[in-house]
Amino acid sequence: MALVTYREAVARGIAQEMRRDESVVFLGEDVAAAGGVFKTTVGLLDEFGPKRVRDTPISEQAILGATMGAAMAGLRPIAEIMFSDFYAVCWDLVANEMSKSRYMADGQVSFPLVIKSGNGAGLRFGAQHSQDISNWAMAIPGLKVVCPSNPVDMIGLMAAAVRDNDPVLIFEAKGMYAEKAEVPNGEIVDSLGKAKIIREGDDCTIAALGMMVPRAMRAAEILSSRGIEATVVDVRSLVPLDVTTLMAAYSRTGRLFTVEENPRLCGWGAELVSIIVEEGFEYLDGPPVRITTPHLPLPAADNLEDLALPSVERIVSTITEGMKY
Amino acid sequence: MTFTTDPLTNPPTDSLSTADQIDLYRQMVRARQFEKRCYDLFLQNLVKGTTHLYIGQEAIATGVSAAMSEGDYTFVTYRGHAHLLVRGTPMGPILAEMLGRSNGLMSGKGGSMHLIDASRGVLGSYAIIGAQLVIANGAAWAAQYKETGQVTVCFFGDGATNIGAFHEAMNFAVIWNLPIVFVCENNQYMEYTPIRSVTAVDRPAADRAGAYGLDPVVVDGNDVEAVYGTAAAAVHKARTGGGPTLIEALTYRHGGHSRADPGKYRPDEELQAWLAKDPIPNYRSALIGRGVAERDLDLIDAQTRHEVDEATEMAKSGGLPADELLWTNLWSDGSSGWRT
Repeated sequence: MALVTYREAVARGIAQEMRRDESVVFLGEDVAAAGGVFKTTVGLLDEFGPKRVRDTPISEQAILGATMGAAMAGLRPIAEIMFSDFYAVCWDLVANEMSKSRYMADGQVSFPLVIKSGNGAGLRFGAQHSQDISNWAMAIPGLKVVCPSNPVDMIGLMAAAVRDNDPVLIFEAKGMYAEKAEVPNGEIVDSLGKAKIIREGDDCTIAALGMMVPRAMRAAEILSSRGIEATVVDVRSLVPLDVTTLMAAYSRTGRLFTVEENPRLCGWGAELVSIIVEEGFEYLDGPPVRITTPHLPLPAADNLEDLALPSVERIVSTITEGMKY
Repeated sequence: MTFTTDPLTNPPTDSLSTADQIDLYRQMVRARQFEKRCYDLFLQNLVKGTTHLYIGQEAIATGVSAAMSEGDYTFVTYRGHAHLLVRGTPMGPILAEMLGRSNGLMSGKGGSMHLIDASRGVLGSYAIIGAQLVIANGAAWAAQYKETGQVTVCFFGDGATNIGAFHEAMNFAVIWNLPIVFVCENNQYMEYTPIRSVTAVDRPAADRAGAYGLDPVVVDGNDVEAVYGTAAAAVHKARTGGGPTLIEALTYRHGGHSRADPGKYRPDEELQAWLAKDPIPNYRSALIGRGVAERDLDLIDAQTRHEVDEATEMAKSGGLPADELLWTNLWSDGSSGWRT
């Protein structure tokens, strides 16, 4: 075991897969010589050389186009889109091309590629560099969507994504880059499409994703001290969505709260709530409640960004209130 | 009209044997007759959605393809039926795809604008303007990385030169020295609008080449041998590590942009002038002038009519895709589920 930061786990996951498979290559802006603007790819150029770890111009369409074309022609590329907000300038490649081409071709081609991005708030970058856009990706058929919440998951889910033969988008919670955890030595390989129950409690289920997971856990501890025992599920994967695990946790507790970093409308929690109401109505002990960022652009100021995001305090108070029903 | 093709990159084509020349003719005739049949089937409401015909531009796909090798990659636009034909895809499955039949090239799931034949290196027809330029770079990168010697050829229209992806793709291909040939088919119109009225330069691709450190290469896109010669030099350059080439081939679309467009916005004089430059009858005359027997060319015409008729019968005989196909091949394991 060793203490590893969330940021270091990104490079470790990529390196683990590049050592194993020569067809894995990595490209992005400032990722090679500079080691990434968030320092998530430090050491990759030194270990794997400039043929496999490549700096690109500020050309997101060119980056994702090259990624898609290379995947079609036998490589397993990993691309970095520096801030997930920048998907907006290359969304054609994501929403129209790599996600649909296999289906349209009825299976003639496949796209074993990974796109990784710094996602979400916490660093006071303002509205164009702080969005959680994982729900945009979730809305497009043909994309797998992963949001690791800790260093071990980051390594294991990166490995699973690289080994998967479909386009996988990994959203790194950039507010968590400095978080540390004990990580086992040796290879770590996880599975896509698996949520994880990280706390058991009989009174309610809290489903959380990415940077909201540790907040949900802290809220659960506070709620426990007030007599409310929560099951906490780390959703981890939006597509495939692990309905089995989520439904099992919810049906046992009869109550669901979601904690979402995305703005309110069409967040992943809305989909989850609709599923549990449609398929598990008989278990409902109270209205499912979504705890989200308001439907607003994110402001930059410390206090306003904090106010916008679901905080431990807001999670606790919302659940306390919700449990009165 | 003058062409500024660099003779260094446009070698003489006297290396083409008579058989090669006759094959160029055959491929152009196949493309022409195929597209005419598509149009007929459209009028019969058998081809659905929309379709973009290549009539008038056949010399470009034909000449370029003749310069490519087996295993090379092709990327093309939604006006791409002919580009598959010249790479060897049979007519029947293409036509069946347009009819939405189960024996279509993609089981009826793609349609006219999204033809792909990976078995022949055609890694797709792209219906969003410009996308294929950046994607083609990736295939070229894979070939470069694996040192396979494969060349990628990417076709696009004049309209694509005004979208961002064109510029990102050019810069990227040059800085990575990719084995790729970009072929701009300048048919003078971006959809319904004259390209010159919406472009800052006269030659939408060639005049931009210098911005990416590339030579401007303009070729008569209605002269199949000129296209072949220019493409052969570019393909050779790419295959031997010389990096990308940007070719602008001047041509004209005989019909409108798509089936919804009768093309009435084009001055009659202009249309007539270009019809006089129709690549097929002109090449036919040239071949006859070189001593090729007219009856041999007539035979090709007749054989092609037969081929198109057979393909039509094959396409019409296909059943509708099974309902189950709705649910297949989103993911690489053949499934389409979003939940576990």
